[in-house]
Amino acid sequence: MKKSIKSWKFIPCLVLLLALSLIVGGCGTNSQTDAAGKEAYKIGAVIDISGNSSSLGVPERDTLKMMEEQLNAKGGINGHPVELEILDNKSTEQEAVTAVKGLIDKGVLAVIGCSSSGPSMAMIPTVQNAKIPMISLAAASSIVEPVSERQWVFKTPQSDIVMVNKIIGYLQSNNLQKVAFMSMNNSYGDGGKKTFAVAAKESNITIVAEEKFAADDKDMTPQLTRVKASGSQAVIVWAIPPSASILTKNFKDMGLTIPLIHSHGVGNQNFIDLAQGAADGVILPIGKLAVADQISADDPQKKVLDNYITDYTKKYNSAPNSFGGYAVDAFNLLVNAIEKAGADRTAIRDQLEKTQGYTGISGIFNMSAQDHNGLKPDSAVMVRIENGKWKLIK
Amino acid sequence: MKKTTIFGIIILLFILIVSLVVKSNYLFSILIIIGLYAIIVQGLGILMGYAGQVSFGHAAFYGLGAYTAAILTTRYHWPTIAALLAAIILPGTIAALIGRQTLKLRELYLALATLGFGILVFIAFNEGREFTGGPSGISSIPFLNIGSFAFDSDRKFFVLVWAVLALLLLGINNLVHSRTGRALRAIRESEYAAENAGIDSASLKLQAFIFSALLAGLAGGLYAFYITFISPAAFSYHASIEFVLMAVVGGLGTFWGPLLGAAVIVALSEILREVVPLLIPGAGGEYQIIIYGIILILLMVYKPEGLSSLGAVFDRSPKRAEQNTNKQ
Repeated sequence: MKKSIKSWKFIPCLVLLLALSLIVGGCGTNSQTDAAGKEAYKIGAVIDISGNSSSLGVPERDTLKMMEEQLNAKGGINGHPVELEILDNKSTEQEAVTAVKGLIDKGVLAVIGCSSSGPSMAMIPTVQNAKIPMISLAAASSIVEPVSERQWVFKTPQSDIVMVNKIIGYLQSNNLQKVAFMSMNNSYGDGGKKTFAVAAKESNITIVAEEKFAADDKDMTPQLTRVKASGSQAVIVWAIPPSASILTKNFKDMGLTIPLIHSHGVGNQNFIDLAQGAADGVILPIGKLAVADQISADDPQKKVLDNYITDYTKKYNSAPNSFGGYAVDAFNLLVNAIEKAGADRTAIRDQLEKTQGYTGISGIFNMSAQDHNGLKPDSAVMVRIENGKWKLIK
Repeated sequence: MKKTTIFGIIILLFILIVSLVVKSNYLFSILIIIGLYAIIVQGLGILMGYAGQVSFGHAAFYGLGAYTAAILTTRYHWPTIAALLAAIILPGTIAALIGRQTLKLRELYLALATLGFGILVFIAFNEGREFTGGPSGISSIPFLNIGSFAFDSDRKFFVLVWAVLALLLLGINNLVHSRTGRALRAIRESEYAAENAGIDSASLKLQAFIFSALLAGLAGGLYAFYITFISPAAFSYHASIEFVLMAVVGGLGTFWGPLLGAAVIVALSEILREVVPLLIPGAGGEYQIIIYGIILILLMVYKPEGLSSLGAVFDRSPKRAEQNTNKQ
């Protein structure tokens, strides 16, 4: 054991390790109280601020910060200020789990997040065990189903089935029976594909071609060539930019003229910009936020949508998108529940489940013990892109 | 008293004290992740630091371990401990199958071959629809249990992971000071010279490769039983590169390197997550990655031999290391 002297290096290692850990653990443990002396309500959020899903996470974080400021300016919840801590999970599952454990240690009443499905799924066992209400901002329906294993988990975006039914309705009213389905090879594309396959079968719509592509593919011409040869009457695509935009460009370049139907995953300006003019004519289901200026004045959501657009545009100098909208709904649902339940996690969970008639950005929420999303098909509309703008299809 | 005994006592005390004193599940989860990565980097350290071979495909073995554990327990209802055993053996077997051919390659070509293997396995995870759950992954993986004792809390899991890690540290310490360890180092310095001295370099390199795959599989199996949800995203080539980074940052061919590398990379990313929003409130997460990058570049410029060389400051006789090298 000639080299055994190295054992002494263990001590500096340990000291370093512990010191680092303690610094991290010690951050933000001091809670603030307002002038009236009421203790702050702590809420946590784990958002995909960097990494693959940052285009979703950044508007969500900005929205949450704005909501926190507005709420505290109005005097908080029943006089208690709200302290919102937002952490980045870098779009990874492992970091989402450590982040949510950190938030739980700090005594948060509930957790908002994550932006995408994988990290949200990874957090579920932790929040279920710790009995902390969680509201996800991700689409996959498996996040809240089966409810018997997800008592503490809720989500605000419309489930795939809501959007799929909108598309099926459009196909039927235009008498399109043979379609091609193209999807991104990740959990978003996978979820859309499964849901669409089931719904199409029930409505006698035949899928004549199925194609996949990777999220970072740069050319989808080969897949589109096979779609062209399949004789389909329409193409349905389940993807997000940039791959969704590239596909749309390839589609135009190949001179295809059949209807191109995208999913709500392309519901941001980014998609139109990256497609460089090729997006015109694309049809998609989307929440009402994108066409707030075109829906009728007596729509119950009209006022909520206009307020959010005005506030967000004023603060950040750019129009909000549906991802930020998911954060608005998650924050408000939580605030409403805490208002009735106080600082009691079980009561907050129960109140969330009892949510009825909350008018939000993504629709009107009616939750129940069987439905932890609570949105119906009327929460989406079909739009067509014309001259780079969303146009409502009446 | 032998120094290994002292070390054993120190790490036992560390595990005992931390498990009794620490109440934060967050701190436990960080230590668990550090422990898991340190296990992988231990194996990678043997491969890179002693046998002198680089692998950019170890996330694949890590993933194979995790998927083996997850599939066997959720689909075939194996006992968890048996599934964990399979999670160690399967990646080792695959390493043995591909290793013989792959390790004939050298340097850049070997790096590319392992990178290719990693991407191949990643694609298989994504495409094995029914079997691997596709891109959506596998959820509801049970907790690890031995008989009626389940590792169902962060505290219990911390003790398990660090006990495994401590055993590995001791075992590897013995290994590198044995004849095999010296033979491996001889290969790293000059494969031709080693062969001329009668060392079967092909067989030893293969053994090191298999050993590192076994450890990555073990860490993967433990990861699946800890997070209880897995998807392919965690096992992409980014993770492979991160493991190599940890090995290099910690210091190749050193005793503390793997643990130190894993600890520093994980802790750095945790600290930056908390600190960056306080310093630059409007920053996107990219700032965090830039700062992380700058720190790593500075480290590589000023301490290319890795962080564990800083420990030399505490070494009572600086010449000792040199003497050891000469003896071996």
